[in-house]
Amino acid sequence: MKLVIIAGPPSAGKTAVTRQIIRHFLGTKKCAFLKIDVVRAFEDEELRDEFHIPARKIYSGDLCPDHTGVMVLKDAISWADGLGTDIFIVESAGLCLRCSPYVTQSLGIVVLSAVSGMNSPLKMGPMISLADVAVITKTDLVSQSEKEVFREKTKEVSPAIDIIETNAIQGTGLRFLMRAIDQQAEISDPATILLRGIPPLGVCTICVGKREIGWQNHFGVVRKLDGADDIFRGD
Amino acid sequence: MQTYFQLRLDLVIMSPGIISEITILPGHDKHGNPEPFDQIVIRPGDTLSIVGPTGSGKTAFINDIEVFACNDTATGRTVLVNGEIPAEEFVRDPSKKPIALITQNTKCLADMSVDAFLAMHVRARKMSGLAIVSETIDLANQFTGEQIQPGCRITALSGGQTRSLMVADAVLISNAPLILLDEVENAGIFRERVIEVLKEHQKSVIFVTHDPLVSLLSDRRVVMRHGGVEKILKPDGREIHIREMVARMDLTLCRFRERIRAGELLTEKGFTV
Repeated sequence: MKLVIIAGPPSAGKTAVTRQIIRHFLGTKKCAFLKIDVVRAFEDEELRDEFHIPARKIYSGDLCPDHTGVMVLKDAISWADGLGTDIFIVESAGLCLRCSPYVTQSLGIVVLSAVSGMNSPLKMGPMISLADVAVITKTDLVSQSEKEVFREKTKEVSPAIDIIETNAIQGTGLRFLMRAIDQQAEISDPATILLRGIPPLGVCTICVGKREIGWQNHFGVVRKLDGADDIFRGD
Repeated sequence: MQTYFQLRLDLVIMSPGIISEITILPGHDKHGNPEPFDQIVIRPGDTLSIVGPTGSGKTAFINDIEVFACNDTATGRTVLVNGEIPAEEFVRDPSKKPIALITQNTKCLADMSVDAFLAMHVRARKMSGLAIVSETIDLANQFTGEQIQPGCRITALSGGQTRSLMVADAVLISNAPLILLDEVENAGIFRERVIEVLKEHQKSVIFVTHDPLVSLLSDRRVVMRHGGVEKILKPDGREIHIREMVARMDLTLCRFRERIRAGELLTEKGFTV
């Protein structure tokens, strides 16, 4: 079974890309789908109705959705594998942009929207830098110039990333994505799968519910207004 | 200006990997019937219009060209560059792609001034010198009645100004040999001038259009039906009388439009076309 993990900001077109993948492989490969979201999600029902594939969702609620992903992924792989799945697609919620749900033995896809502003790739570290493929959607809506600059900025974050530009609703240009999925190796041993990156520091006194403002009122990672620039480091 | 363009053109012709033709090989319509042509070859300076009712496959036709279909789209068409399947970087890297697509949905979203926006594109292309920025604005101003100022915000431009700027950008900065224009006639640009300039610069252009004048000004008309090409018309001058009349009607309408915009009452009892 191949594992495909899709991340990206809300409304970038993750589900449109997922739909194109399932449509492409329908009839030749068995796909299964898991959506991890925070409050509400409908993708599982939509994809099950449209393609008659096994699809489910899990809500993370008060937990970080990528944290939830780490918790449930092993169970989810067993579930999909037990159904005889060839391609298991996991779609994350895509919230804080610091997150990076990609694991080893999988194809990591970040979905970015060309209309989100030319500097937006620079604002997302590991969500882009740890992905194998960046699918840039809605390129039909922006000028040639902005399309080129968006690509440059994505490369700035991750020089070796495989960039695929598309109008995901029409599915234009996605043959390179399908090829990447075709070439992706199967999971060799689920017990040895690791998260590729280190998640952001997950718990602080604000996370656990302390509402007072000012660093004097908090423990753990604290920051003053002056002189603490390097307190947070990412991948 | 003319000598500068000539110079640029010479550079392009001398550079390796120049595109001498783009070939479209037939696919099939929505019912699976094969398209009735051997190949459509597009060479520098050619103009084609794609016509047909809504839903007949016009946009799918230019999308096939834009992605260099190789029997992997819904239509089954294949697009060749210089008679061969194009190299992958041609297809995938927009700065190397020999095609610029401008649709009625294409927008400039960046809230920047016109000159900063063009300069950004020039830098992304790693071109030297910014003289081309003002040349691009000058060219765009030949396509639109409302002059574009270099310091104007991109987001404040009218539809016609934006479209004019994108065409000029495709011609000069992108220097794309093939330009695809999807229903841009509603944007209020001087269509005849656009076609003239594209021909002068040896650009090929494909219009998806419902506009009689644009259709009549093109060398060839590709007629679409049920998702496939139904026929390809080559007027070869046989439409010249109607074409000239439509051009005059268009000019008349343009003049009325300008007068209405200027706040005039049009009280003539009649007019000659």
